Amino acid sequence: MGEVTVLDRRAAVATLLEGRRDMLVVTGLGSASYDVMAAGDHAMNYYLWAAMGSAMTVGLGLAMTQPDKSVLVITGDGEALMGFGALATIAVKAPRNLTIAVLDNGHFGETGMQESHAARGIELDRVAEACTFPRTLRITTMEEVEVLRGHVAARDALTLASVKIRADNPPRVLPPRDGPYIKNRFREALGFSPI
Amino acid sequence: MSENQWQDEIYRVLKSHDVRHIAYVPDAGHSAAIKLAEADNEMTSLVLTTEEEGIGYLAGVHLGGQRGALLIQSSGVGNCINTLALNQMARIPLLMVVTMRGDWAEFNPWQNPMGQATETVLRSMGVLTWRADAPQDVVPLLNGAAGMAFNGDQACALLLGQRLIGEKKWVK
Repeated sequence: MGEVTVLDRRAAVATLLEGRRDMLVVTGLGSASYDVMAAGDHAMNYYLWAAMGSAMTVGLGLAMTQPDKSVLVITGDGEALMGFGALATIAVKAPRNLTIAVLDNGHFGETGMQESHAARGIELDRVAEACTFPRTLRITTMEEVEVLRGHVAARDALTLASVKIRADNPPRVLPPRDGPYIKNRFREALGFSPI
Repeated sequence: MSENQWQDEIYRVLKSHDVRHIAYVPDAGHSAAIKLAEADNEMTSLVLTTEEEGIGYLAGVHLGGQRGALLIQSSGVGNCINTLALNQMARIPLLMVVTMRGDWAEFNPWQNPMGQATETVLRSMGVLTWRADAPQDVVPLLNGAAGMAFNGDQACALLLGQRLIGEKKWVK
């Protein structure tokens, strides 16, 4: 497979989140979290710092309980690969308000830029398509990122987008690491009290 | 309590704690609860490809303001180990109901290693555990576990022993 145009991850994520309203965001651990934090901390961001492979399933649980809000999972190809089976689990429910944006640079960026399966011929959007996702996208331009942002807001179909980004490591912008704080802040924004 | 009535009781207790989501990997011991969940319009039931998907899903359910439970077999506890860090670090409630294998009168010895390690592993990852080996223990132990999970933002597991479930019949 030849090289395609690739996007700057920070610019792509900032564009996806621009003007967000009633959007619940779940981030996979590692660089995806830093990208979302770099775009601006928000009470309706849920940052994962562990449980690799869980970003998509956390997003599913949120989407099923908050059907009137857009749920956007932003994660990396490595994190998504670890939760591969969840694509089948999610497709069975197919909530219209769930969008999964995989920032795909084909590498494990956090651990020394080893090549992932995504750099060796496995296209996550095709996997999602095989799992009967109603909408799958492979994104290589900023115009397409803007279209994806429209899909997130429209909440009209379960979507997985593989967003092709450059394999680089911009400076880390660390989200808060206090688990109960992130959780309670998020739930409070939805109107739920701590115990 | 008559034989296997406890299976229906599990579902009733979960409903009484306002559980609205059942995530599961099937097991014979959970078949009654799974059947009831799938038939209940007020319950979202979710079949998983592997147990740790349920940990993430139920974390999302909690963030979204609802309650759920995870029904799995003891072998699947092994699949959950790393993901349980989420519950411990974020203090996210989790209610697990675990049917045991490799526990008592087990025909398949390959079930024994994980079955014998199940409770140790759960406790090592910060999950509170109880065991039910007799039918009359199921309801009070599940009630207590559910209360501590949802009122305490705690991960809790009820283990259903093979003495309760009965020996698996390998030859019909």
